[in-house]
Amino acid sequence: MAEEKKLFKVTIDNITIEVEPGTSILMAARRIGGEVAPPAMCYYTKLKGSGGKCRTCLVEVTAGSTADPRPMPKLVASCRTNVMDGMVVRNITSEKVIDARNGVVEFLLINHPLDCPICDQAGECSLQDLSYEHGKEGTRYEFQRRTFEKHDLGPYIQLHMTRCILCYRCVYVADQLTERREHGVLDRGDHSEIATYIKKALDHDFIGNIIDVCPVGALTDRTFRFKNRVWFLKPVEAHRECNHPKCCGKVTLWYRGEEVFRVTARKDEWGEVVDWICNECRFEKKKTSDWMIEGPTRVDRHSVISQGHYVGVVRPQEVVYDVMGGRKPKLLMDIHSVSEVNEPSIDLSKIEGPAHSTDFEPKKLTN
Amino acid sequence: MGRQLLLEKIKVEGIRGYETYRREGGYRSVEKALKTMTPDQVTDEVKKSGLRGRGGAGFPTGMKWSFLAKPEGVPRYLVCNADESEPGTFKDRYLMEFLPHLLIEGLIVSSYALGCKRTYIYIRGEYAWIPEILETAIAEAKAAGWLGQNILGTGFELEIYVQVGAGAYICGEETALLESLEGKRGNPRIKPPFPAIKGLWDCPTVVNNVETLAAVVPILNFGGEEYAKIGIGKSTGTKLLSACGNINKPGVYEIDMTISVEEFIFSDEYCGGIANGKRLKACIPGGSSVPILPANLLLKTAKGETRLMNYESLSDGGFAKGSMMGSGGFIVLDEDQCVVRHTLTLARFYRHESCGQCSPCREGTGWMEKILRNIENGKGKSSDIDLLWDIQRKIEGNTICPLGDAAAWPVAAAIRHFRDEFEWHVNNPVECLTRNYGLAHYADPLTPVTA
Amino acid sequence: MIKFTDEKLKKVQEIVARYPEGRQKSALLPVLHLAQDEFGGWLSPETMDYVAGLLKLEPIEVYEVATFYSMYNLKPVGRFVFEVCQTGPCMLRGSDQIVDYIKQRLGIGVGETTPDGLFSLKTVECLGACGYAPMMQLGKYYREHLTKEKVDSIIDECRQNAALNN
Repeated sequence: MAEEKKLFKVTIDNITIEVEPGTSILMAARRIGGEVAPPAMCYYTKLKGSGGKCRTCLVEVTAGSTADPRPMPKLVASCRTNVMDGMVVRNITSEKVIDARNGVVEFLLINHPLDCPICDQAGECSLQDLSYEHGKEGTRYEFQRRTFEKHDLGPYIQLHMTRCILCYRCVYVADQLTERREHGVLDRGDHSEIATYIKKALDHDFIGNIIDVCPVGALTDRTFRFKNRVWFLKPVEAHRECNHPKCCGKVTLWYRGEEVFRVTARKDEWGEVVDWICNECRFEKKKTSDWMIEGPTRVDRHSVISQGHYVGVVRPQEVVYDVMGGRKPKLLMDIHSVSEVNEPSIDLSKIEGPAHSTDFEPKKLTN
Repeated sequence: MGRQLLLEKIKVEGIRGYETYRREGGYRSVEKALKTMTPDQVTDEVKKSGLRGRGGAGFPTGMKWSFLAKPEGVPRYLVCNADESEPGTFKDRYLMEFLPHLLIEGLIVSSYALGCKRTYIYIRGEYAWIPEILETAIAEAKAAGWLGQNILGTGFELEIYVQVGAGAYICGEETALLESLEGKRGNPRIKPPFPAIKGLWDCPTVVNNVETLAAVVPILNFGGEEYAKIGIGKSTGTKLLSACGNINKPGVYEIDMTISVEEFIFSDEYCGGIANGKRLKACIPGGSSVPILPANLLLKTAKGETRLMNYESLSDGGFAKGSMMGSGGFIVLDEDQCVVRHTLTLARFYRHESCGQCSPCREGTGWMEKILRNIENGKGKSSDIDLLWDIQRKIEGNTICPLGDAAAWPVAAAIRHFRDEFEWHVNNPVECLTRNYGLAHYADPLTPVTA
Repeated sequence: MIKFTDEKLKKVQEIVARYPEGRQKSALLPVLHLAQDEFGGWLSPETMDYVAGLLKLEPIEVYEVATFYSMYNLKPVGRFVFEVCQTGPCMLRGSDQIVDYIKQRLGIGVGETTPDGLFSLKTVECLGACGYAPMMQLGKYYREHLTKEKVDSIIDECRQNAALNN
């Protein structure tokens, strides 16, 4: 019989769980889930060496371990700090963390173009989510923003460096999934950029994955560019027999009506690719007949993509804060608080489907 | 004249060459260590000496050495950090240029203590004429049997190589230095693992500053306990200070850390007072990243005691009322200097030197520079001062490496102590272009601390 | 096609031998210095590709490094590059005035090269000569305690040097 492994106890935001030694704070927090999991803009589970750079996942360690319960003097990057037995971590329960994260979001945004209305990533952008959850409205930055020329990295990928947050994920993808890396980080400091130096096309047959790992709209799919908004598309799981030895052939097809607008790798609940796919599956197979359809994709993230078109989702009968154990939802705006016209007596969470103006008509109230 | 352990012989003619250096007693410490001591005994002497890293952080050297992992069959490395780039600091250059054999001697003893067979000196690329001096010294030492195989018949072998950088302050951070030595961009590594476990080419590595390694020589010669008797408290031995700015005698001085700041600035033995008969306005005592202090807080601690030139006394009062010993880069500002402009040059420096890896430093340093430029050019708003404060606060402690702190502290200290000068710039946008705020009240006697 | 002389190739071998087997990437910074000196004072893409080939690296690894460090020139520069320090300690001793004077003497701005290709002016950050300020780097050496007169004589010296070696 195998010897029982010793597990480490870790407490994150007052919730204690047991994890295997070698687990990072971030992965432990993800096991708890929800808001306890710190946001991660550069860390990527499948990419070795990633993480530590963006500083959005900083957490406070108030006790290092049972053996050495001293607090850590600085906030630590949860993605690159391993759990110790008896460690106590504070994420959203720490004012220091909230304050620091606020600062990081501001730093990431001061030179970001905020061109979401014309950005293909809008709706599935990690920076959008991050600023919505942790940012402040308005900007204190009054200088000209840094810009770069956008250019095409071959027929499939466009690089829009102005939007990049230098997470280095695409560099790790090229290092770890392709035989030779042809792009990298050039220059330094606030002029650093992802580039090939001499504008070369990236033509490796796995390089399309850099689009999926990009947290922002810096690397976009040229075959999908400006074709549609992601929230109008319906994601569907599908697979095919792919001849590429490393490609799993399992993808998400993004439909509008009968038409496949784009193909991406499947992503897990943290927005990370489950299995890498080849360029052929991604860019060349855009007919339903190319694929075996499995069914609609389950979208867990609080993304706009999940709005509207899901079948088979069981709606809870209770109101939202009952489901959430008394907590009010943080991400949904209660329109009642905006105006009395919206009839505060109507409980929105009890309305089937999206609310319409007719739901607020007086005659309906008398029923 | 204080006791000189490192620079004692620097004025001896021909000391740069092996013959003279040896005749003056050089390489005795190597003989002593290799022939009469085990590596652990050498480390113990260094521990007893209380020597603290002379690069800036002041971490006890003996302790750093004892952290080095020693797995079987894995090479270990000693890397000498000669990437001296902290504004205000030029002591290591002086040592390497004029006393190259002292460094080589220190490196041999230290490599013996740590069990290293290959040791690298990583020197900043701009010191382009110094590698030749060091390589000549290495060749001379090798010819004399102090390097190579079976040194002094003890079986100990060692090669020392000089590696040249190419212009990046960040490579003074030890993990960035290791990356650079591996032929990569100077991006600091995320710690842990620390170099003592996984350093150069993933092998256990110790990185020490030039002056630290040179100080190992007198420690071995006199013994750790004797060395520890020099100085006060935890500031043992002697320290090289590079003095610059508006003083009569800029240069490199060796002090034994018992003299007062006032003596260091005004005595003829050291800086020789403020140049052109001006008055002292402010000083950065330990290299550009440590907090600037106005004259009154510099010469006296908040408790009203005389401030001494050592680790404890310079940091007395914390950041609110004190500063740090740092790398010993002593920058003096006279009454005609503008603190805003000076801070701007430092902010520009840190923006230029940020590696760009982590977001607070990459974005924050540039933002601070832009705001400071506005204030300096009479385009600032009073809210900018608070904004600057908030930005530096959000950089500090939140970055991968200490460059974030180094960029934040000078801005914070300038606002903390010279806020009225910033406000004057904002309120007098035209006048500030033509004249400086001057000495104002910065040299006034301190108000006594009340209980 | 560019190529190091045999003497320089020997130097490259010597540098590579400083590191353990398979760690030849460590030679990148020193070899780029050699290449910059040898091939016109700057690193053209061709030069960098050549270095990549010599050290068995991907070209992008060389570009990444060459663009990171400030001493590598990625564009052609003048024969004499005045790199004037302007950080705090030098500023306190009047480096701004020295930069202005050089601009006026050479008729160029910072980052520019004179039309005859002789002089370039760069402002740089701290070079570790704070006690000898104001100062600049000219080629391998530092020129310290600069004054207007000293700048004049340095310019004359460069002109003479150029006339002699043409």
